[in-house]
Amino acid sequence: MNATNHRWRNWKNASMQALACGCALLVIAPLGLVFYHLIKSGVGAVNWDFFTKLPKPVGELGGGMANAIVGTFVLLGNASLIGVPVGVLGGVYLSEYGSSKLNWWIRLGADVLNGVPSIIWGMVVYALVVLPMEGFSAWAGGIVLGLIMIPLIMRTTEEVLQLVPNGYREAALALGIAQWRTIVQIVVRTALKGIATGVLLALARVAGETAPLLFTAFGNRFWNHSLSDPIAVLPLQIFSYAISPYEDWHRQAWAGALVLLVLITVINFSVRVLTRDRFPSNKS
Amino acid sequence: MNTAMTTGEETNSPPARMEQQFAPVRTDVPAPRVGEATAKSAVPALAIRRLCVYFGAHQVLKEVSLDIQTRAVTAIIGPSGCGKSTFLRSINRMHELIPEARMEGEIRLFDQDIYSRLVEPVIVRRRVGMVFQKSNPFPTMSIADNVTVGLRLNGVRARSVLAERTEQSLRMAALWDEVKDRLQDPAISLSGGQQQRLCIARALAVQPDVLLMDEPASALDPLATSKIEDLILELKRNYTIVIVTHNMQQAARISDFTAFFYLGQLIEFDTTRKIFTNPTQKQTEDYVTGRFG
Amino acid sequence: MTTPATSAVPKAAASAPSLLVRHLGDRVFKWLTLLMALSVFALIALIGIELWRGSHLALEKFGWRFLTGSEWDPVNGRFGAVPFIFGTLVSSAIALLIAVPLSIASAVFLTELAPQWLRQPLTLFIELLAAVPSVILGLWGIFVMVPWLRQYLFPWLRGAFGFLPLFKGPIYGVSMLAGGIIIAIMIVPIITSVSREILRAVPGLQREAAYALGATRWEVTRIAVLSYAKKGLFGAVILGLGRALGETMAVTMVIGNRPEVAASLFAPGYTLASVIANEFTEATTDIYLNALFEVGLVLLGVTIVVNAAAQMLLKTFGGPGVRPQH
Repeated sequence: MNATNHRWRNWKNASMQALACGCALLVIAPLGLVFYHLIKSGVGAVNWDFFTKLPKPVGELGGGMANAIVGTFVLLGNASLIGVPVGVLGGVYLSEYGSSKLNWWIRLGADVLNGVPSIIWGMVVYALVVLPMEGFSAWAGGIVLGLIMIPLIMRTTEEVLQLVPNGYREAALALGIAQWRTIVQIVVRTALKGIATGVLLALARVAGETAPLLFTAFGNRFWNHSLSDPIAVLPLQIFSYAISPYEDWHRQAWAGALVLLVLITVINFSVRVLTRDRFPSNKS
Repeated sequence: MNTAMTTGEETNSPPARMEQQFAPVRTDVPAPRVGEATAKSAVPALAIRRLCVYFGAHQVLKEVSLDIQTRAVTAIIGPSGCGKSTFLRSINRMHELIPEARMEGEIRLFDQDIYSRLVEPVIVRRRVGMVFQKSNPFPTMSIADNVTVGLRLNGVRARSVLAERTEQSLRMAALWDEVKDRLQDPAISLSGGQQQRLCIARALAVQPDVLLMDEPASALDPLATSKIEDLILELKRNYTIVIVTHNMQQAARISDFTAFFYLGQLIEFDTTRKIFTNPTQKQTEDYVTGRFG
Repeated sequence: MTTPATSAVPKAAASAPSLLVRHLGDRVFKWLTLLMALSVFALIALIGIELWRGSHLALEKFGWRFLTGSEWDPVNGRFGAVPFIFGTLVSSAIALLIAVPLSIASAVFLTELAPQWLRQPLTLFIELLAAVPSVILGLWGIFVMVPWLRQYLFPWLRGAFGFLPLFKGPIYGVSMLAGGIIIAIMIVPIITSVSREILRAVPGLQREAAYALGATRWEVTRIAVLSYAKKGLFGAVILGLGRALGETMAVTMVIGNRPEVAASLFAPGYTLASVIANEFTEATTDIYLNALFEVGLVLLGVTIVVNAAAQMLLKTFGGPGVRPQH
């Protein structure tokens, strides 16, 4: 290798590294911009009123998104009622029982479900729940979010249970403990933290879902008094305010977005804290 | 390496035995006669007849028959892959956890067929306890909870019973003095040797009839190992113990009877003294003198 | 050595306790968990059935002409899906063109080239971006990105490349190009993280061999890592495509929502997902609603096929530890 070739290779090496670095920075730029604008435009409108007042009628200034914030939590709670039991128990089956053939098909099914666009879920629940109930409702919203959570939680639960060393199962069975008790009170208990992590991640994921709620929960200008009525949810409120022509509503949309993003970030952050006392792996 | 001559006897190898052909243990008789030792009780703890274990098409154990005497230590020795662990696990039906496992033959625990169609494996495992090679106390539980988990998950709730059994089992496992002041500490805060003794206490707490041990000290340092061995010698006063070990000196030190397995067959079963000083089978002699293994 | 208490004497010497008991708990639990696991099949069937039932009127009336008709006229009852198919394909294509080079370059940077202290925080940022909901990105899109595009980027593009039909025509801001860009921002995190896993799965031996030949860091990456991981990376790209096809909210907010097929990237567009989001609650007639359901059927079909292809690629070429996350 002569000197010129060497210099050219070095130059190319350096410039490629710079290029790659630039791409990485370009990738995180939108995040930085989004955060910046969220804070700039939203912080002003996040005040006590925002958290406690209902939306004002069209054209009037002021008001808040209290009902939407509460509504989000209501829907997340409802969704967990469906998503957590079905997802966790299904994950238990995949990990602890079943033939490898059947399990392969189930996993495939779960992966297919995970790839279905959320708006399609909304259409299905519309046909199944909204039409028979003759109206939009919190039930429908909770059901659609819960259904989306099922395949997510199933896969994460299975993964986490597989990590529990077999020695624990053997020790428990050798003590004459019934298999189902072994699974529930030894294996699942050992993996509880990981399962909780999976549930939290699924919650963070569906907390931001808007499309399926457009025609299930539908949104509500007032407090929701019955789960059979439409209910306001943060993402829906943000969307309808954002596409409206009113400046004040735009401001509130930013505030709502800030609150929603903080909520999701808090959930993700607590997941990191939960998984912190594992042994740190040598990730590059 | 030295032969197991803890008794100080010499190994007599008369020239005639050099020509002795290898003869497999006869299986047409009910049970091999146990050397010179007298049985400690009339009914053997375990009576195993013509046991065969298959994993799929592969036969791992071939026509094994022997009696395990009560309140004695029986050691199972043999080179890797000879089926010792499979044999041990067939006694508490743990081999059934492997999907393609199949067995033929009979095992009777105090004259009750443990493979009868009416018997659930769970019940067998409550009567036959097992300690594993790698200690595995349950990580989410305290020391005390680990000891009583077998009782609690089988329905025993009375606090007094649990407390009494905890102390009893930990004493029997020679761990009580070390942990009595920190019973609520997490079990994984103990050292390796202590964890293994905890696992023994856990197995003893359900009051099994027989205790199976699969190389219990192989993952421990010599000091911890000797503690476990002392423990076993103490336990055999009240328990029937079957121990698999690849450490022949250990077998010679602590066991009363020894069974030598090779390639899935029981080659010889006799008192430990006889196996290690004057075995009848050439393969046994070759193994215990270190010619292969 | 402490002496064992007398109650430790095994009861074996006396009558051996019975070994005969039945266990119901095991059976019940196994069936319960099986039922829950089989729910995935029930859900898939449910989705297919409901979409089919919901669209049967339109299916009967239009048949295959639905996929070739380019007129979407709810008032007169004429429904053709071509504008949306066009919009979905074009916006996804734009998104891939932008996102794939950026993502793979970032993945390469993160796994091969970046200094150790930078890797964790950078990865964290990208995962944070993945967690931003579509509607929030759409909000930023409407009020920040689109005005900026309208004022700066688009006029510049028209000035520089206006001879191409792609960059002709009036500039509104909301446009096919804006839709493509915002989808790109949404799919970059997932392509990056899956690519990272694939690159990390490349055995160290390959890299070592290249280093031993005196290659520079970039050359090692190019020769030993990228060419080995080509097929897996392709799977990551297809996964990104699957995600792009289903993007709804952010796209709806910046694409303009006009059901037309136009050559210019500055023209507003409409995607399969957007039309459902916008018009579902406005659908006044049965045939209208059925047509929207049929749009959903098309979207579902396309998404499932693309995702299945991605899964297959990743499972075959992705190496261990690569889990196609959504």
